[in-house]
Amino acid sequence: MFQIFTDFATWLVYGVFGLEAGSALGGAVHFFVEDVSKIFVLLVVMIYFIALLRASLDVERVRDYLAGKNKGVGYLLGAIFGAITPFCSCSSIPVFLGFTSAGIPLGITMAFLITSPLINEVAVLLLMSLLGWKFTLLYVAVGMTVGMIGGLLLDAIKAERWLQSFAAEALVRGRQMAASNEVSTTERVLSFSERHEFAKAEALEIFGRVWKWVIIGVGLGAALHGFVPDGWVETHLGQGQWWSVPAAVLVGIPLYSNATGIIPVMESLLANGLPIGTTLAFCMSTVAASFPEFILLKQVMQWRLLAVLLVVLLTAFTLVGWIFNFAAPYL
Amino acid sequence: MKQVKVLGSGCAKCSKTAEMIADISEEMGVDAIVKKDTDPQTLLKFKVMKTPAVVIDGELIHSGSVPTRDEIEGWLRD
Repeated sequence: MFQIFTDFATWLVYGVFGLEAGSALGGAVHFFVEDVSKIFVLLVVMIYFIALLRASLDVERVRDYLAGKNKGVGYLLGAIFGAITPFCSCSSIPVFLGFTSAGIPLGITMAFLITSPLINEVAVLLLMSLLGWKFTLLYVAVGMTVGMIGGLLLDAIKAERWLQSFAAEALVRGRQMAASNEVSTTERVLSFSERHEFAKAEALEIFGRVWKWVIIGVGLGAALHGFVPDGWVETHLGQGQWWSVPAAVLVGIPLYSNATGIIPVMESLLANGLPIGTTLAFCMSTVAASFPEFILLKQVMQWRLLAVLLVVLLTAFTLVGWIFNFAAPYL
Repeated sequence: MKQVKVLGSGCAKCSKTAEMIADISEEMGVDAIVKKDTDPQTLLKFKVMKTPAVVIDGELIHSGSVPTRDEIEGWLRD
């Protein structure tokens, strides 16, 4: 099904541009053209169809649904909704406050917010097309687990103590309200043309936002692909040396990308022989632990809570890396 | 005189919304003051979960997207 993109790249790069097949430059450009054309077409088509399906799902409905759920299923639901609900990172603050003022426990809100950047339809799509369904399932499971465990831990240490005071007050008020009356959801049935309009707008919007990430991501991937000598990564990092995982996580923090940009890089790192655990740790750290996000969250959280959150995330990614490097031979 | 506030934590869409409202009110000759409000407490007060949101004279009238020109003209007219 994807052969057509390989053929297109071969025609363009070796035919039209006249680059030599098998040279470093030719290989890198071929990789770039093939991946970019494939990803662009997939993105537009798939976002449209996924958006058709989830047109009626939004953060307000998720809030109403999560409010009043007990904690046991709450973390799981928080992580699931984090994965499937569309929302851009500039909305983290209003979403955080909306959940909090509905009395939803901090841990469940954080399960939602941690999972959200890690897993979304674009990421899943790219993973499927570049790395196959097994890896995709694994990635989704790991991402949700990190979100759930993060949320669970934050509640276990009563992290809501370290919210900014107005947010903490909103949480208390929300709990009282949730206890006294049920929150009501207004159900509305969407017509097909409304769904189509939503899906069209969504496809254009998301594509407009992520296309440059795809170019950057694939460009980096292509550079790695073409110019890092074969076997270099494998020789130096290929044994899954224990320290390489925390090192990868640390390198990932100042780097910031969304999942769309990092996945082509992931493909390239894996192809170069970087162990799966180290790759996952690096990519998750790049996507989920970012300075811009933390600066936003400072508005509703005290430094102490931000520090705890950062430590929880980094520890989780390091553990993910170690576990997968250890388990890789048996997968 | 209309007091227009655009709520949101400073994303590109919020700035665009504020600019559009300011431009259109000027075109229409409507007397309006457009301000951006990035204070999270304001979001909480109006129960806004999707930004950009628009508040005119203390009333929330829009949330979750950059409004269309027609919508803005409608708000400014009455």
